[in-house]
Amino acid sequence: MREKILEILQDLRPELDFTESTDFIEDGYLDSFDMVALVSAIDKEYGISILGEDIVPENFSNIESIIKIINKYL
Amino acid sequence: MFFKFKNKKITSVLAVIPNNVIKFEDEVEQYNFPVKRTLKMKDVMGYKEHRLFDEGIILSDIAVYGLEYLFEKKLLDKNDIDALLFVSNSNDYILPPTSNVIQGRLGLKTDMICLDIEQACAGFVVGLIQSFMMLDSGSINKIVLINGDTLKNKVSRRDRNSWPLIGEACGITVIENGDDSDIFASIYMDGVSYQALTIPAGGLRMPSTSETAKMQLLEDGNERALDNLTMDGSGVFNFVQTVVPVEIDKLFKYANVEDKDIFAYCFHQPNKFMLEKLADKMNISYKKIPSNIVELFGNSNSATIPLVVSFNYGDILQNETHKICFAGFGAGLTCASIIMNVGKLDICSVIEYGKNI
Repeated sequence: MREKILEILQDLRPELDFTESTDFIEDGYLDSFDMVALVSAIDKEYGISILGEDIVPENFSNIESIIKIINKYL
Repeated sequence: MFFKFKNKKITSVLAVIPNNVIKFEDEVEQYNFPVKRTLKMKDVMGYKEHRLFDEGIILSDIAVYGLEYLFEKKLLDKNDIDALLFVSNSNDYILPPTSNVIQGRLGLKTDMICLDIEQACAGFVVGLIQSFMMLDSGSINKIVLINGDTLKNKVSRRDRNSWPLIGEACGITVIENGDDSDIFASIYMDGVSYQALTIPAGGLRMPSTSETAKMQLLEDGNERALDNLTMDGSGVFNFVQTVVPVEIDKLFKYANVEDKDIFAYCFHQPNKFMLEKLADKMNISYKKIPSNIVELFGNSNSATIPLVVSFNYGDILQNETHKICFAGFGAGLTCASIIMNVGKLDICSVIEYGKNI
Protein backbone atom coordinates (compact mmCIF):
# COMPACT_ATOMS: atom_id res chain seq x y z
CA MET A 1 0.00 0.00 0.00
CA ARG A 2 2.87 2.34 0.85
CA GLU A 3 4.33 2.08 -2.67
CA LYS A 4 0.93 2.62 -4.28
CA ILE A 5 0.29 5.74 -2.20
CA LEU A 6 3.73 7.09 -3.06
CA GLU A 7 2.98 6.44 -6.71
CA ILE A 8 -0.28 8.40 -6.47
CA LEU A 9 1.47 11.25 -4.67
CA GLN A 10 4.31 11.38 -7.21
CA ASP A 11 1.75 11.49 -9.99
CA LEU A 12 0.12 14.48 -8.31
CA ARG A 13 3.36 16.41 -7.79
CA PRO A 14 6.08 14.77 -9.93
CA GLU A 15 8.54 17.54 -9.10
CA LEU A 16 8.59 16.59 -5.38
CA ASP A 17 10.11 13.68 -3.45
CA PHE A 18 7.49 12.72 -0.90
CA THR A 19 9.94 10.50 1.02
CA GLU A 20 11.73 13.66 2.11
CA SER A 21 8.76 15.15 3.95
CA THR A 22 7.19 14.13 7.25
CA ASP A 23 4.31 16.62 6.94
CA PHE A 24 3.04 17.08 3.39
CA ILE A 25 0.68 19.88 4.36
CA GLU A 26 3.07 21.85 6.59
CA ASP A 27 5.88 21.51 4.05
CA GLY A 28 3.66 22.77 1.24
CA TYR A 29 3.71 19.52 -0.73
CA LEU A 30 -0.10 19.32 -0.82
CA ASP A 31 -2.63 22.14 -0.81
CA SER A 32 -6.35 21.66 -0.30
CA PHE A 33 -6.91 21.04 -4.03
CA ASP A 34 -4.13 18.44 -4.15
CA MET A 35 -5.80 16.79 -1.18
CA VAL A 36 -9.07 16.59 -3.12
CA ALA A 37 -7.24 15.03 -6.10
CA LEU A 38 -5.47 12.62 -3.73
CA VAL A 39 -8.74 11.53 -2.10
CA SER A 40 -10.31 11.00 -5.51
CA ALA A 41 -7.36 8.86 -6.67
CA ILE A 42 -7.39 6.82 -3.45
CA ASP A 43 -11.16 6.31 -3.69
CA LYS A 44 -10.74 4.96 -7.22
CA GLU A 45 -7.71 2.80 -6.44
CA TYR A 46 -9.23 1.11 -3.37
CA GLY A 47 -12.93 1.20 -4.30
CA ILE A 48 -13.86 3.23 -1.24
CA SER A 49 -15.32 6.65 -0.52
CA ILE A 50 -13.50 8.54 2.19
CA LEU A 51 -16.24 10.65 3.73
CA GLY A 52 -16.09 14.39 4.04
CA GLU A 53 -15.54 14.48 7.78
CA ASP A 54 -12.31 12.51 7.29
CA ILE A 55 -10.98 14.77 4.54
CA VAL A 56 -8.93 16.88 6.92
CA PRO A 57 -5.21 17.76 6.72
CA GLU A 58 -4.17 15.52 9.63
CA ASN A 59 -5.36 12.43 7.74
CA PHE A 60 -3.18 13.24 4.72
CA SER A 61 -0.09 14.75 6.33
CA ASN A 62 2.20 11.72 5.83
CA ILE A 63 2.21 8.18 4.45
CA GLU A 64 1.29 6.61 7.80
CA SER A 65 -1.77 8.82 8.31
CA ILE A 66 -2.90 8.10 4.75
CA ILE A 67 -2.54 4.34 5.25
CA LYS A 68 -4.51 4.65 8.50
CA ILE A 69 -7.41 6.48 6.90
CA ILE A 70 -7.53 4.05 3.95
CA ASN A 71 -7.61 1.10 6.35
CA LYS A 72 -10.58 2.66 8.14
CA TYR A 73 -12.62 2.18 4.95
CA LEU A 74 -11.28 -1.20 3.79
CA MET B 1 -36.12 25.55 12.20
CA PHE B 2 -38.86 23.55 10.52
CA PHE B 3 -41.87 24.68 8.50
CA LYS B 4 -44.92 22.93 7.15
CA PHE B 5 -46.99 24.46 4.38
CA LYS B 6 -50.17 23.43 2.61
CA ASN B 7 -51.94 24.44 -0.60
CA LYS B 8 -48.89 25.81 -2.37
CA LYS B 9 -47.35 24.77 -5.65
CA ILE B 10 -44.67 25.59 -8.15
CA THR B 11 -46.26 26.17 -11.56
CA SER B 12 -43.32 27.19 -13.75
CA VAL B 13 -39.53 26.95 -13.75
CA LEU B 14 -37.53 28.78 -16.40
CA ALA B 15 -33.74 28.99 -16.46
CA VAL B 16 -32.07 31.61 -18.62
CA ILE B 17 -28.44 30.90 -19.49
CA PRO B 18 -25.68 32.72 -21.36
CA ASN B 19 -24.63 31.56 -24.82
CA ASN B 20 -20.92 32.23 -24.13
CA VAL B 21 -19.34 28.85 -23.38
CA ILE B 22 -15.82 28.82 -21.90
CA LYS B 23 -13.90 25.55 -21.79
CA PHE B 24 -11.72 24.76 -18.76
CA GLU B 25 -8.76 23.84 -20.98
CA ASP B 26 -8.80 27.27 -22.57
CA GLU B 27 -8.14 28.96 -19.23
CA VAL B 28 -5.65 26.67 -17.48
CA GLU B 29 -2.68 28.85 -18.34
CA GLN B 30 -4.04 31.90 -16.54
CA TYR B 31 -3.43 30.34 -13.11
CA ASN B 32 -0.14 30.29 -11.16
CA PHE B 33 0.03 26.51 -11.24
CA PRO B 34 1.59 24.01 -13.63
CA VAL B 35 -0.95 23.21 -16.36
CA LYS B 36 -0.76 19.47 -15.72
CA ARG B 37 -1.50 19.96 -12.01
CA THR B 38 -4.48 22.19 -12.79
CA LEU B 39 -5.83 19.74 -15.38
CA LYS B 40 -5.92 17.01 -12.73
CA MET B 41 -8.79 18.92 -11.12
CA LYS B 42 -10.98 18.73 -14.22
CA ASP B 43 -12.77 15.43 -13.63
CA VAL B 44 -12.59 15.56 -9.84
CA MET B 45 -14.16 18.99 -9.46
CA GLY B 46 -16.31 18.89 -12.59
CA TYR B 47 -14.49 21.69 -14.39
CA LYS B 48 -15.64 21.16 -17.97
CA GLU B 49 -17.27 24.35 -19.11
CA HIS B 50 -18.79 27.42 -17.60
CA ARG B 51 -21.04 30.06 -19.08
CA LEU B 52 -20.89 33.81 -18.60
CA PHE B 53 -22.99 36.65 -19.98
CA ASP B 54 -21.48 39.46 -22.04
CA GLU B 55 -19.93 42.34 -20.12
CA GLY B 56 -22.60 44.75 -18.94
CA ILE B 57 -25.42 42.22 -18.80
CA ILE B 58 -26.55 41.84 -15.20
CA LEU B 59 -29.12 39.69 -13.47
CA SER B 60 -32.04 42.13 -13.72
CA ASP B 61 -31.57 42.28 -17.53
CA ILE B 62 -31.82 38.52 -17.71
CA ALA B 63 -34.82 38.41 -15.38
CA VAL B 64 -36.63 40.98 -17.54
CA TYR B 65 -35.82 38.93 -20.65
CA GLY B 66 -37.06 35.70 -19.05
CA LEU B 67 -40.28 37.27 -17.80
CA GLU B 68 -40.98 38.88 -21.17
CA TYR B 69 -40.53 35.42 -22.69
CA LEU B 70 -43.16 34.01 -20.29
CA PHE B 71 -45.52 36.91 -21.08
CA GLU B 72 -45.09 36.46 -24.83
CA LYS B 73 -45.66 32.72 -24.65
CA LYS B 74 -48.78 33.43 -22.57
CA LEU B 75 -47.43 31.30 -19.74
CA LEU B 76 -47.76 34.19 -17.31
CA ASP B 77 -50.03 37.25 -17.21
CA LYS B 78 -48.19 40.27 -15.84
CA ASN B 79 -51.36 41.49 -14.11
CA ASP B 80 -51.51 38.30 -12.04
CA ILE B 81 -48.17 38.87 -10.32
CA ASP B 82 -48.79 39.86 -6.70
CA ALA B 83 -45.18 39.62 -5.54
CA LEU B 84 -41.76 39.82 -7.12
CA LEU B 85 -39.04 38.27 -5.02
CA PHE B 86 -35.44 38.92 -6.06
CA VAL B 87 -33.08 36.60 -4.17
CA SER B 88 -29.51 37.25 -5.24
CA ASN B 89 -26.32 39.18 -4.52
CA SER B 90 -26.27 40.82 -7.94
CA ASN B 91 -28.15 44.00 -7.20
CA ASP B 92 -28.40 46.87 -9.68
CA TYR B 93 -27.84 49.43 -6.92
CA ILE B 94 -27.37 49.64 -3.15
CA LEU B 95 -30.82 51.22 -3.32
CA PRO B 96 -33.55 50.98 -4.54
CA PRO B 97 -34.37 47.26 -4.44
CA THR B 98 -33.69 45.53 -7.75
CA SER B 99 -37.15 43.94 -7.60
CA ASN B 100 -38.62 47.47 -7.87
CA VAL B 101 -36.40 48.22 -10.85
CA ILE B 102 -37.60 45.05 -12.59
CA GLN B 103 -41.21 45.85 -11.72
CA GLY B 104 -40.84 49.27 -13.36
CA ARG B 105 -39.09 47.94 -16.47
CA LEU B 106 -41.81 45.35 -17.02
CA GLY B 107 -44.70 47.72 -16.26
CA LEU B 108 -46.15 45.49 -13.57
CA LYS B 109 -49.07 46.67 -11.47
CA THR B 110 -48.36 48.84 -8.40
CA ASP B 111 -50.71 46.84 -6.17
CA MET B 112 -48.03 44.27 -5.41
CA ILE B 113 -44.99 43.57 -3.24
CA CYS B 114 -41.40 43.84 -4.49
CA LEU B 115 -38.84 42.34 -2.15
CA ASP B 116 -35.09 41.76 -2.32
CA ILE B 117 -33.37 39.14 -0.20
CA GLU B 118 -29.59 38.79 -0.15
CA GLN B 119 -28.82 35.11 -0.33
CA ALA B 120 -26.37 33.15 -2.41
CA CYS B 121 -26.29 29.38 -2.85
CA ALA B 122 -29.28 28.73 -0.58
CA GLY B 123 -31.28 31.48 -2.26
CA PHE B 124 -33.65 29.32 -4.26
CA VAL B 125 -34.83 27.36 -1.23
CA VAL B 126 -34.89 30.43 1.03
CA GLY B 127 -36.90 32.18 -1.70
CA LEU B 128 -39.39 29.31 -1.91
CA ILE B 129 -39.88 29.31 1.87
CA GLN B 130 -40.39 33.09 1.85
CA SER B 131 -42.87 32.68 -1.02
CA PHE B 132 -44.87 30.06 0.85
CA MET B 133 -45.04 32.38 3.88
CA MET B 134 -46.26 35.25 1.70
CA LEU B 135 -48.92 33.05 0.10
CA ASP B 136 -50.14 32.23 3.60
CA SER B 137 -50.98 35.93 4.06
CA GLY B 138 -54.15 35.48 2.03
CA SER B 139 -53.59 38.63 -0.05
CA ILE B 140 -51.07 37.15 -2.44
CA ASN B 141 -51.95 34.52 -5.02
CA LYS B 142 -49.03 34.44 -7.42
CA ILE B 143 -45.34 35.06 -6.81
CA VAL B 144 -42.42 35.32 -9.19
CA LEU B 145 -39.14 34.24 -7.62
CA ILE B 146 -35.98 35.43 -9.35
CA ASN B 147 -32.68 33.76 -8.51
CA GLY B 148 -29.12 33.74 -9.76
CA ASP B 149 -26.00 35.83 -9.91
CA THR B 150 -23.85 37.67 -12.43
CA LEU B 151 -20.73 38.07 -10.34
CA LYS B 152 -17.91 37.36 -12.81
CA ASN B 153 -16.30 40.73 -12.13
CA LYS B 154 -16.18 39.92 -8.42
CA VAL B 155 -14.14 36.75 -8.98
CA SER B 156 -10.43 36.86 -9.77
CA ARG B 157 -9.57 35.27 -13.10
CA ARG B 158 -6.28 34.19 -11.52
CA ASP B 159 -7.96 32.33 -8.67
CA ARG B 160 -7.94 28.63 -9.56
CA ASN B 161 -10.13 27.86 -6.55
CA SER B 162 -13.05 29.96 -7.75
CA TRP B 163 -12.81 31.14 -11.36
CA PRO B 164 -13.18 27.76 -13.14
CA LEU B 165 -16.48 27.07 -11.44
CA ILE B 166 -18.09 30.51 -11.54
CA GLY B 167 -21.22 30.49 -13.64
CA GLU B 168 -23.96 32.96 -14.46
CA ALA B 169 -27.65 32.17 -14.92
CA CYS B 170 -31.10 33.30 -13.88
CA GLY B 171 -33.86 31.13 -12.49
CA ILE B 172 -37.47 32.29 -12.71
CA THR B 173 -39.95 30.30 -10.67
CA VAL B 174 -43.68 30.92 -10.40
CA ILE B 175 -45.30 29.90 -7.12
CA GLU B 176 -48.98 30.06 -6.31
CA ASN B 177 -51.78 28.65 -4.21
CA GLY B 178 -53.11 25.17 -4.92
CA ASP B 179 -52.21 21.48 -4.46
CA ASP B 180 -53.21 20.08 -1.10
CA SER B 181 -50.10 17.98 -0.48
CA ASP B 182 -47.88 18.94 2.44
CA ILE B 183 -44.63 20.82 1.96
CA PHE B 184 -41.89 20.41 4.56
CA ALA B 185 -38.98 22.81 4.91
CA SER B 186 -36.03 23.52 7.13
CA ILE B 187 -33.58 26.39 7.55
CA TYR B 188 -30.25 26.47 9.40
CA MET B 189 -28.18 29.64 9.63
CA ASP B 190 -24.72 30.07 11.16
CA GLY B 191 -23.67 33.73 11.05
CA VAL B 192 -20.61 33.07 13.22
CA SER B 193 -19.00 31.51 10.16
CA TYR B 194 -19.94 34.31 7.74
CA GLN B 195 -16.32 34.89 6.72
CA ALA B 196 -16.04 31.42 5.19
CA LEU B 197 -17.51 32.77 1.96
CA THR B 198 -17.30 36.49 1.39
CA ILE B 199 -16.44 39.38 -0.89
CA PRO B 200 -14.57 41.46 1.69
CA ALA B 201 -14.64 44.88 0.00
CA GLY B 202 -17.36 46.76 -1.80
CA GLY B 203 -19.93 47.09 0.96
CA LEU B 204 -20.10 49.78 3.62
CA ARG B 205 -17.79 47.88 6.01
CA MET B 206 -14.89 48.12 3.56
CA PRO B 207 -15.68 50.34 0.58
CA SER B 208 -13.90 49.55 -2.70
CA THR B 209 -10.84 51.69 -3.28
CA SER B 210 -7.77 51.49 -5.47
CA GLU B 211 -6.15 49.60 -2.57
CA THR B 212 -8.89 46.94 -2.35
CA ALA B 213 -8.67 46.47 -6.12
CA LYS B 214 -4.95 45.57 -6.00
CA MET B 215 -4.25 41.95 -6.85
CA GLN B 216 -2.23 40.06 -4.26
CA LEU B 217 -0.32 36.82 -4.64
CA LEU B 218 -1.54 34.64 -1.78
CA GLU B 219 0.13 31.81 0.11
CA ASP B 220 -2.00 29.25 -1.71
CA GLY B 221 -0.61 30.39 -5.08
CA ASN B 222 -3.76 32.18 -6.21
CA GLU B 223 -4.08 35.87 -6.95
CA ARG B 224 -7.01 37.93 -5.84
CA ALA B 225 -7.94 41.34 -4.45
CA LEU B 226 -10.11 42.31 -1.51
CA ASP B 227 -12.76 43.19 -4.09
CA ASN B 228 -12.90 39.51 -5.11
CA LEU B 229 -14.78 36.52 -3.82
CA THR B 230 -12.76 34.65 -1.21
CA MET B 231 -13.60 31.24 0.10
CA ASP B 232 -12.31 29.22 3.02
CA GLY B 233 -12.59 26.02 1.02
CA SER B 234 -12.00 23.74 4.00
CA GLY B 235 -14.53 25.60 6.15
CA VAL B 236 -17.24 25.46 3.46
CA PHE B 237 -16.46 21.82 2.67
CA ASN B 238 -16.65 20.91 6.34
CA PHE B 239 -20.02 22.70 6.66
CA VAL B 240 -21.45 20.87 3.65
CA GLN B 241 -20.19 17.47 4.79
CA THR B 242 -21.15 17.70 8.45
CA VAL B 243 -24.05 20.14 8.91
CA VAL B 244 -25.96 19.70 5.64
CA PRO B 245 -26.52 15.89 5.86
CA VAL B 246 -27.65 16.19 9.47
CA GLU B 247 -30.10 18.98 8.65
CA ILE B 248 -31.56 17.11 5.68
CA ASP B 249 -31.84 13.94 7.74
CA LYS B 250 -33.80 15.89 10.36
CA LEU B 251 -36.10 17.18 7.61
CA PHE B 252 -36.73 13.64 6.36
CA LYS B 253 -37.73 12.58 9.87
CA TYR B 254 -39.91 15.69 10.31
CA ALA B 255 -41.64 14.95 6.99
CA ASN B 256 -41.80 11.20 7.67
CA VAL B 257 -40.28 10.57 4.25
CA GLU B 258 -37.68 8.03 3.15
CA ASP B 259 -35.18 7.95 0.31
CA LYS B 260 -37.43 5.59 -1.69
CA ASP B 261 -40.14 8.29 -1.73
CA ILE B 262 -37.84 10.83 -3.37
CA PHE B 263 -37.74 11.00 -7.17
CA ALA B 264 -34.75 13.34 -7.29
CA TYR B 265 -32.45 15.35 -5.07
CA CYS B 266 -32.17 18.74 -6.71
CA PHE B 267 -29.30 20.23 -4.74
CA HIS B 268 -27.18 23.30 -5.21
CA GLN B 269 -24.00 22.38 -7.10
CA PRO B 270 -20.84 23.98 -5.69
CA ASN B 271 -18.57 21.43 -7.37
CA LYS B 272 -18.79 17.78 -8.34
CA PHE B 273 -16.46 16.46 -5.63
CA MET B 274 -18.34 18.16 -2.79
CA LEU B 275 -21.70 16.99 -4.14
CA GLU B 276 -20.61 13.36 -4.60
CA LYS B 277 -19.12 13.26 -1.11
CA LEU B 278 -22.40 14.62 0.23
CA ALA B 279 -24.29 11.93 -1.71
CA ASP B 280 -21.98 9.24 -0.29
CA LYS B 281 -22.51 10.54 3.24
CA MET B 282 -26.29 10.49 2.75
CA ASN B 283 -26.27 7.12 0.92
CA ILE B 284 -27.94 8.66 -2.11
CA SER B 285 -27.49 7.05 -5.52
CA TYR B 286 -25.65 9.38 -7.92
CA LYS B 287 -28.50 8.69 -10.37
CA LYS B 288 -30.89 10.61 -8.10
CA ILE B 289 -28.63 13.60 -7.46
CA PRO B 290 -27.43 15.24 -10.68
CA SER B 291 -24.04 16.94 -10.64
CA ASN B 292 -23.94 18.01 -14.29
CA ILE B 293 -24.93 21.64 -13.89
CA VAL B 294 -21.64 22.81 -12.39
CA GLU B 295 -19.82 20.80 -15.08
CA LEU B 296 -21.72 22.29 -18.01
CA PHE B 297 -22.73 25.75 -16.82
CA GLY B 298 -20.72 26.57 -13.69
CA ASN B 299 -21.96 27.52 -10.26
CA SER B 300 -24.48 30.35 -10.61
CA ASN B 301 -25.31 30.38 -6.88
CA SER B 302 -29.07 30.37 -6.37
CA ALA B 303 -29.81 29.58 -10.03
CA THR B 304 -28.18 26.14 -9.94
CA ILE B 305 -31.30 24.43 -8.55
CA PRO B 306 -33.74 25.87 -11.14
CA LEU B 307 -31.17 24.74 -13.73
CA VAL B 308 -30.94 21.26 -12.21
CA VAL B 309 -34.72 20.97 -12.38
CA SER B 310 -35.26 22.38 -15.88
CA PHE B 311 -32.18 20.88 -17.57
CA ASN B 312 -32.52 17.37 -16.14
CA TYR B 313 -36.24 16.93 -15.52
CA GLY B 314 -37.92 19.54 -17.76
CA ASP B 315 -40.02 17.19 -19.89
CA ILE B 316 -40.84 14.87 -16.99
CA LEU B 317 -42.04 17.61 -14.68
CA GLN B 318 -44.20 19.18 -17.36
CA ASN B 319 -46.14 15.91 -17.57
CA GLU B 320 -45.81 14.10 -14.25
CA THR B 321 -45.69 14.95 -10.56
CA HIS B 322 -42.89 13.71 -8.32
CA LYS B 323 -41.59 14.26 -4.82
CA ILE B 324 -38.42 16.33 -4.92
CA CYS B 325 -35.91 17.17 -2.22
CA PHE B 326 -34.36 20.61 -2.74
CA ALA B 327 -31.32 21.74 -0.76
CA GLY B 328 -29.23 24.87 -1.01
CA PHE B 329 -26.16 25.58 1.11
CA GLY B 330 -23.43 28.15 1.16
CA ALA B 331 -22.75 31.76 2.13
CA GLY B 332 -24.03 32.83 5.49
CA LEU B 333 -23.38 30.05 6.26
CA THR B 334 -26.82 28.81 5.35
CA CYS B 335 -28.47 25.47 4.70
CA ALA B 336 -32.09 25.34 3.56
CA SER B 337 -34.03 22.32 2.33
CA ILE B 338 -37.54 21.42 1.18
CA ILE B 339 -39.41 18.22 0.43
CA MET B 340 -42.43 18.76 -1.80
CA ASN B 341 -44.35 17.48 -4.80
CA VAL B 342 -43.46 19.17 -8.08
CA GLY B 343 -45.08 18.52 -11.42
CA LYS B 344 -47.53 19.23 -14.22
CA LEU B 345 -45.66 22.48 -14.67
CA ASP B 346 -46.78 25.03 -17.26
CA ILE B 347 -43.16 25.26 -18.37
CA CYS B 348 -39.93 23.72 -17.14
CA SER B 349 -37.26 24.76 -19.63
CA VAL B 350 -33.87 26.27 -20.26
CA ILE B 351 -33.50 29.12 -22.75
CA GLU B 352 -30.48 31.10 -23.90
CA TYR B 353 -30.44 34.82 -23.28
CA GLY B 354 -31.30 36.85 -26.36
CA LYS B 355 -32.17 33.93 -28.60
CA ASN B 356 -35.85 33.29 -28.04
CA ILE B 357 -37.75 36.59 -28.35
